[in-house]
Amino acid sequence: MSVLVYTENWGGKFKKLSFELVSYANEIAKMYGTNLVTISIGNVSNEELTTLGNYGASKIYSITDAKFNNLSSQAYTKAISQVAKKESANLIIFANTYTTRAVAPRVSIRMEAGLVPGCIALPKQTEPLIITKKAYSGKSFADVEVKTPVKIITLNQNSFKLIEAKTTVSIEVFNPEVSDKDFIAKSIELQKASDKLDVTDAEILVSGGRGLKSADKIGIIDEMAKAIGANCTTACTKPVSDLDWRPHFEHVGQTGKVVAPNLYFALGISGAIQHLAGINSSKFIVAVNTDKDAPIFEAADYGIVGDVFEVIPKLIEAIKELK
Amino acid sequence: MKILVCISHVPDTTAKISFTDEGTTYNKNNIQFIISPYEELALTRALELTETQGGTITVINVGEAETEPTLRKALAMGATDAIRVNAKPTDAFFVAKQIAEIAKQENYDVILTGKESIDYNGGQVGEMLAELLDIPSITSVSHISFSNEKAELQREMDGGYEKLECNFPFVASGQKGIAPEAKIPAMRGIMMARQKPLKVVEPTEVNNLTEVKIHTLPQPKGACVMVSPDNAKELIRLLHEEAKAL
Repeated sequence: MSVLVYTENWGGKFKKLSFELVSYANEIAKMYGTNLVTISIGNVSNEELTTLGNYGASKIYSITDAKFNNLSSQAYTKAISQVAKKESANLIIFANTYTTRAVAPRVSIRMEAGLVPGCIALPKQTEPLIITKKAYSGKSFADVEVKTPVKIITLNQNSFKLIEAKTTVSIEVFNPEVSDKDFIAKSIELQKASDKLDVTDAEILVSGGRGLKSADKIGIIDEMAKAIGANCTTACTKPVSDLDWRPHFEHVGQTGKVVAPNLYFALGISGAIQHLAGINSSKFIVAVNTDKDAPIFEAADYGIVGDVFEVIPKLIEAIKELK
Repeated sequence: MKILVCISHVPDTTAKISFTDEGTTYNKNNIQFIISPYEELALTRALELTETQGGTITVINVGEAETEPTLRKALAMGATDAIRVNAKPTDAFFVAKQIAEIAKQENYDVILTGKESIDYNGGQVGEMLAELLDIPSITSVSHISFSNEKAELQREMDGGYEKLECNFPFVASGQKGIAPEAKIPAMRGIMMARQKPLKVVEPTEVNNLTEVKIHTLPQPKGACVMVSPDNAKELIRLLHEEAKAL
């Protein structure tokens, strides 16, 4: 038996999410009393792989064949399943990201393993495995039992803390068996949406709603995010993204991105239920709105009732003083 | 072009969520059910594509009789015909297996799903289906078009996009961007939908891999600490010293 964790990389690098995931997997391996095995797919240096050893990764399978540079859900599925079989994995863990959403359900079929996507905490129990996931777009939670011998879970970002566990790492290069049929979907071009920090990676989000009036005026959120620093980026509501005041990759909510930052500034946002569904895992929510009865104040931890264009410059000033 | 669009029947996005029977059953009282938004967008795009390039669109749902109005809405939007697999959708694997049974006989060129249903948020059915059918799958698709026996797609990734091309058949899961806005059925479409074929098929026997034991609601939040608009500095102090979030 073993616990297998797939650590995705972004341009050959890991990010905080990778270390959260390994910390999480290491805790679960302890619950089962088994080894933790890690798999990495893509061109990641041994030096970078070794950083996973700070959080408990000991044995790492590394697939560096250039065929795997772009995501093929079929080839990745085969690679992960082959390592899972080789290591007799009873549990396979992924982070809940775009890549793993393409892969984990396929691995589930191949391994005949029940899958619980979007978990937010350690399992409640291991025999049988019962684990909590988010449901109804963040409006509720579901405790799900997995009934198969091999099990798969995916962990939501920012839902587990880093736990240091220095381990000696051994890296084994692995060459999975794949066929040409696994590469029918061909990558033509990769485009970076922007150089900005992704909303799901930011620890602090400054988010604007229709209360910020126009594409020009909403630019004040950029100024505030800049004042806060490198761990902060901007976000927006659906109407704002639909009006093209802000790019659609900033849209946070039920049909946009679901976020879980440490701190969420909701500026000129009334708090439609669909927006709240996307932000209610934030540790702290701060609302600034002219309407004291706006539903956002029910979700917020701190609030100011007032004109956003008067309040925001004062906030920016106070933040600058703090830094 | 022969397209299958998988539809889930979910509570309206504005619906308040509550549970009965000690957290085991979703409370459907006074709840309006809709086509899950991403699937509605995927269907809208499929309609745009078949309007210009020809073809048929079948919509499918695994659900009990209560989901038929949702399938009728898809027919009213313009789908050619509908299939309902007469079973309670107990988990994603169960649903994927039912649809795979039908897809194996029908040889669709393209199977579309949404990136996730807005109730369970699993995002599993499309990719499971593709694995069961042993065909490619492309997730989080924000653009799709057809040309020369091939499809061109754009999928969203963390921090960017990827453009791809893929030979038929394949499964794609649609997300925001695949169509600008969901198509609203016209009166003529609603009238025609009543006459369109909606076939009910019985499920094949499948064992669940997972089971939801209990649903819970988030703990209610404590009261919001209100700060005067003249004292924005105090808010930043609280965030720094009390919440330690800044």
